[in-house]
Amino acid sequence: MRDMTQPILSVTGLERRYGARIGCTDVGFDLYPGEVLGIVGESGSGKSTLLSCLAGHQGVDAGSVTYDGRDVLAMAETERRRLARTEWAYVHQHARDGLRMSVSAGANVGERLMATGHRHYGEIRAAAVDWLGRVEIAEDRIDDRPTAFSGGMQQRLQIARNLVTGPRLVFMDEPTGGLDVSVQARLLDLLRGLVRDMGLSVIIVTHDLAVVRLLADRLMVMKSGRVVEQGLTDQVLDDPQHAYTQLLVSSVLQV
Amino acid sequence: MIHVENLSKTFTLHNQGGTVIPVMAGANLHVDPGECVGLVGRSGSGKSTLMRMIHGNYLPAGGSIRIAGVQMAGAEPRRVIALRRDTLGYVSQFLRVLPRVPTVEVVAEPLRALGVAQLDAQARAECLLWRLNIPRRLWSLSPTTFSGGEQQRVNIARGFVHPFPVLLLDEPTASLDAQNREVVLALILEAKARGAAILGIFHDEEARARVCDRLVDVTGFTPARPSGGQAA
Repeated sequence: MRDMTQPILSVTGLERRYGARIGCTDVGFDLYPGEVLGIVGESGSGKSTLLSCLAGHQGVDAGSVTYDGRDVLAMAETERRRLARTEWAYVHQHARDGLRMSVSAGANVGERLMATGHRHYGEIRAAAVDWLGRVEIAEDRIDDRPTAFSGGMQQRLQIARNLVTGPRLVFMDEPTGGLDVSVQARLLDLLRGLVRDMGLSVIIVTHDLAVVRLLADRLMVMKSGRVVEQGLTDQVLDDPQHAYTQLLVSSVLQV
Repeated sequence: MIHVENLSKTFTLHNQGGTVIPVMAGANLHVDPGECVGLVGRSGSGKSTLMRMIHGNYLPAGGSIRIAGVQMAGAEPRRVIALRRDTLGYVSQFLRVLPRVPTVEVVAEPLRALGVAQLDAQARAECLLWRLNIPRRLWSLSPTTFSGGEQQRVNIARGFVHPFPVLLLDEPTASLDAQNREVVLALILEAKARGAAILGIFHDEEARARVCDRLVDVTGFTPARPSGGQAA
């Protein structure tokens, strides 16, 4: 058993600047195994910047990021890339940013396995079939290219491609953005089951408060690059303490 | 199992001129194992507010809430989540679920979160749905389209599927017919018999009389405030 009492990801004083402009600053939190952390805020609040800094897609100007006891910022690029292929996963808002659109669905899933050293074609194909099934894509679509898929199917394929290697930490950037509401619900249900059954730790960035209410254990609210409030998800949504969070929560349209 | 001491609560409305509304002060309460305590007081006196602070979705302004030895006031989210998973059950008045998830899975979910195997969790969920007279043909459908009474029973099934040592019940019999009300009262009495500490809000006076060992009037915890003020 892994130690569940130690954070899998520990962030302190993280800052990213673009010249004089703040991308994000003074961000700190601990993420424990099996926890889902939601980051909300409107466009330009720094939430996506923060996510890409954490995942190492861009450099940071100050602070520390520790993954499983290892200093991510001091890590050699090859080591970080190895983590990104194996223990981490990154689900992009636009599936086409996370998929290879010119190869088949099966190859999209199998590729990540091959990148981690799997060589047996039969096993790779079997794993691809298994994962397509888990994300509810019919086996007979395995040889189709993602270009032939609907937006919801592409997003599910991206998730299969990311999770096939059994990652421990998953970054998600607006995973349900741009999808029809009915497709969103299906995707959320799928994600929730996978998080529970695989014990994933997840950081999910979204502007949709309904998504975090259903998926996130904890919430961080960002405004102008800073964390203005954080806590238990239903506490932050039901009893927001900061003026900006109160505005955000009270602005949601009721249906 | 539940110990509330000198608990207070204020709401600060930052977007309405920073108005501070004190809604509770000096609340004291305890519930022992095997005991059911009913919260009473007129509408707006703070029954649900107190319940929500005990569940952890309202932040207290001051005071202490201990549940099974764990201090909830100021606890880290993961402590609260762990407590809700194995110790603290809550039946709210509203069913909040993902669309399209079948009723049986909605009810089984608290068990799945505790690591109970799929088939076992489903069997226990089905047993409760059956007791609560939810027709079998509805079990595989999402409860989002059910009637109010059916949704409430799904909520109750979800709250009783795991033998939580502490249970919070917000109007568990509100929109039920006589037959289903009896089932819910029986579930509450069974939970008491196995040693659960239960705190409930019951507008149904007869139900209250049958399950509650003591009543606590929250009106005594309402701070003096300017006339016209209404608790959120």
